[in-house]
Amino acid sequence: MTAVHAEWTKLRTLPGTGWLLLAAAALTAAGGAIAANSVSCPAGGCQVDPAKVSLTGIDLGQTVVAIVAVTVVSAEYSTGMIRLTLAAMPRRWLVLAAKAAVVGAATLVTGTVAVLASVQAGELLLARHGITAAHGYQALSLGQGPVLRAAVGSVLYLALIALFSVGVAAAVRDSAVAIGMVLALLYLFPIISNAVSPAWHRHLDQLSPMTAGLYIQVTADLRSLPLTPWQGLGVLAVWAAGAMLAGALLLRFRDA
Amino acid sequence: MTMLAPYRSERQTGRDGFTQLLRAEWTKFRTVRGWVIGMLVAALLIVGLGILTGANSECGIQLTPTSPSLACPAPPTGPGAGWVTDSFYFVRQPLAGDGSITVRVTSLTGLYWTHGVTPAGGSPTAGMAPGVQPWSKAGIMIKASTRPGAAYAAMMVTGSHGVRMQWDFTHDVAGSAGQVSAASPRWLRLTRSGDTITGYESADGVHWTRVGTATLARLPSTAQAGLFAASPGYSVSSTSLGGSSSTGGPTLATAGFNQVSRLGSWPAGRWTGQAIQGVTDNALPASAQGFMKAGGRLTVSGSGDIAPATDNTNSVKQTLAGTFAGLIAVVVIGVMFITAEYRRGLIWTTFTASPRRGRVLAAKAIVLAAVTFATGLVAAAVTIPVGEHLLHENGNPIYPLSILTVTRIVTGTAALLAVSAVLGLAVGTLLRRSAGAVTAVIVGIVLPYLLAVIPGVLPVGVGQWLVRVTPAAAFAIQQSVSQYPQVKATYTPGTGYFPLPPWAGFAVLCAWTALALILAVVLLRRRDA
Repeated sequence: MTAVHAEWTKLRTLPGTGWLLLAAAALTAAGGAIAANSVSCPAGGCQVDPAKVSLTGIDLGQTVVAIVAVTVVSAEYSTGMIRLTLAAMPRRWLVLAAKAAVVGAATLVTGTVAVLASVQAGELLLARHGITAAHGYQALSLGQGPVLRAAVGSVLYLALIALFSVGVAAAVRDSAVAIGMVLALLYLFPIISNAVSPAWHRHLDQLSPMTAGLYIQVTADLRSLPLTPWQGLGVLAVWAAGAMLAGALLLRFRDA
Repeated sequence: MTMLAPYRSERQTGRDGFTQLLRAEWTKFRTVRGWVIGMLVAALLIVGLGILTGANSECGIQLTPTSPSLACPAPPTGPGAGWVTDSFYFVRQPLAGDGSITVRVTSLTGLYWTHGVTPAGGSPTAGMAPGVQPWSKAGIMIKASTRPGAAYAAMMVTGSHGVRMQWDFTHDVAGSAGQVSAASPRWLRLTRSGDTITGYESADGVHWTRVGTATLARLPSTAQAGLFAASPGYSVSSTSLGGSSSTGGPTLATAGFNQVSRLGSWPAGRWTGQAIQGVTDNALPASAQGFMKAGGRLTVSGSGDIAPATDNTNSVKQTLAGTFAGLIAVVVIGVMFITAEYRRGLIWTTFTASPRRGRVLAAKAIVLAAVTFATGLVAAAVTIPVGEHLLHENGNPIYPLSILTVTRIVTGTAALLAVSAVLGLAVGTLLRRSAGAVTAVIVGIVLPYLLAVIPGVLPVGVGQWLVRVTPAAAFAIQQSVSQYPQVKATYTPGTGYFPLPPWAGFAVLCAWTALALILAVVLLRRRDA
C-alpha cells in the first residue's frame, strides 16, 4: 500500500499529469463528436454503428493515455529517480505493480469521464444527422446492452493501453523509444493488414492490439468480426500482460 | 596617466564555420550507438515488412479460406505502359491505307441492374432497368487490330459527358455537350492520314468541327475501322462509418446509327461484329452484345469499357507498407537528436560553442535529413525489386510502372522519411519532451492516414480532407496509378488514390516541417536553453 501511495504522490505532483489526463478526456470526446457530426445518411439508408461512431475519439485519446503511462516509468530513468525508488523499495516488481495500479486507476477515471462525454455527444449529434427511429435506429443510450458493453469496454480498453505502455516503458526505459514502440504496435498492424491478402488480413486483425481491442466498440454486424468483442479485448489484455511481464522481468534482472 | 589597453586573449579564435557545425553534429549522431542501430532498424523494418507483404499477398479468388488462391491473369497492356480495360462490341471491317468513316448517331440508350442482382438463368439482360450510364459510349473507332489493348482512336457520344474523342485509353478530349437523341443527332467522322487520325463532329452533317488529332504509333497500313458500343459497370457504394459496401454490375449500351459512309479502300465490303473481351469483369457475356442491320440503320449493343485500368492493388507500392514502421523509427531518432541534448545537459556546451542557435538547429536538420534520406533510399531501392519478385512468384500480375514512376516512389519514400525525421527534430525542439514530441509527430502523420485508409472508420469525405491538410498528405508520393476523370472508379485513399498529386502532397509535409522549424528557431532564440 505504501508503494501505491508513493507512486500516487509522484504522479499527482508531476506538473503535466493533470493536464494530460484532461487532454485525453477532451480529445476522446472531441474526436467522437467530430465523427458523429460527419455522419450522413444517404437516401438508400445508412450503415452506421452509432456506438462505434460516438467512441471514435478513443483512437486519439489513447495516445495521450500512452504518453502519461510511458512517462510515469521513463521519467524516473531520465532524472535518475529510479535509483532512489528502487533503493527505497528493493522489491522491484512491487514498484512496477504500484505504478501500473496508479496509472490504471487514473486512466479508469479519465476514461469514464471521456466515454460518458462521448456517448452524450453522440446521442445529441447522431440524432441530428438522421440516426433516428425513422431510419430504424434507437436513440443511443447506455440502457441498451451492447451500447453499455461498448462504453464499459472502451474504458477498460484505455486502462489496458495504459498497462501496456507501462510494461513497454519498463522494458525499454527511454521515453521516446517506448512511446515509439507503443504507437508502432498499435498503428502498424492495421496498416500492414490492409496490404496483405484477405486470409492474412484476418489473422493480423486477430493479433492486432488496437484492431482486436476496439472490437469491443462494435454493436452492429458482429458476425463479420473475426473475434467476439470480449475476445478482442482479451487480445489487448494478453498484449498488456505480456508487456508488463517483460517489463517486470527486465526490471528484476537488469541494472537500473 | 596611462591608459591600460583592454585585455585581449592571445589565442586564436576557434573556427565556428557551418562546416564545423555540420561535422560536430555528424560526430554526435554517429557516436550514439542507439541512433545508428535505430536507423538500421528502420531500414530493416521497411525491407522486412516489404517481404512479409510481398510473400503473403496472393492474388485472385479463394474458394475457401484454406484452398490455394487462383492465379489471376494480367489485364491487357495498352500502347502506353499501363494496364487497360478493353472490352466492347466492335462492328468493323478492314480499312486499307488512308480513308475516313462518317456516321450519324441518333440514339444512345442503356440497361443496368439497379441492385446488382444477376439473375440465375435465362437471358443475360432479363430484369435490367432502362438507363444509360454517364460514361456509356458509342461511336466510331479506328483500331490497329482486334487484340485487346491495341492502339485506337475513337469519336463517341456518351451518356452524359457529350461528344468525346478518345485514343490510346488515356487520352480524352471533349467535344460538344448534350445528350444524343433522334431530335438532336450527332454526326461523327474519323479521318486517317498515315499515323494521324483526326476526329470531327457536326450537328447537321454540313458544318464540321475538329475535336482532336491523335497520333498512333506503329499503326499498321490496314487497320480495323467501324462502329462500337461500350458501357462501364454500374456501382453504388454506400461508404459510411461501420462499413462500406458497394453494389452494382455490368451494364449495356445500345446505340442507333444511320447514314454510315466510308471513303478510301475498304476491301471486305461488309461489317463483322465481334465482342472484344479485354477484361471481362463488369462486362456482360458476348451473347448479350451484338448488332443489327435493318435498311440503312445499324444498332450496336455493347458492354464493358475502353479505359485505363484503375485497380491500384496489384502494384509494387503495396510492398512499401513498411514505410510506416520505418517512419516511426526515424521520428523517434529525430526527436531524440535534440531532446537527448536537453536531458543530458549537452545543449549548454553546444550553445556555448556555437551561440547562433538557429545555425545549430539547421546543422542538426541537415545531418539528420541526409542520414535518413540515405537510409530510406537504400531500403526502398531494395524493397521494390525484392517485393516485385515475391509478388511475381505468388502469381500476382504486377502493374507495369515506368522507370520514372518507380524512381519517384523510391526517392519520394526516402524524402518522406527524411522530412518526417526533421519534423520530429523541430517538434522535439519545441516541446523538449520526447514522449510528447514523438506522439505529436506520429499522430500527425500516421493516424490521419490510418483513419483515411481503413475502410469504415470515417466517411470518405472526412478521410479525403485528412490526407489533404495533415502531414499524411505526403503519402501521395507513393501513389502508383493515376486517376482519370473519364473513368468512373472509387478514387479514395483506401483504394490507393490521394486527393493531391504526388509532389503537392509531399509539399504539405514540407510546409508543416518548415512551420515547425521556424517556430523552433524562434523559441530556441527566446528561451533559456
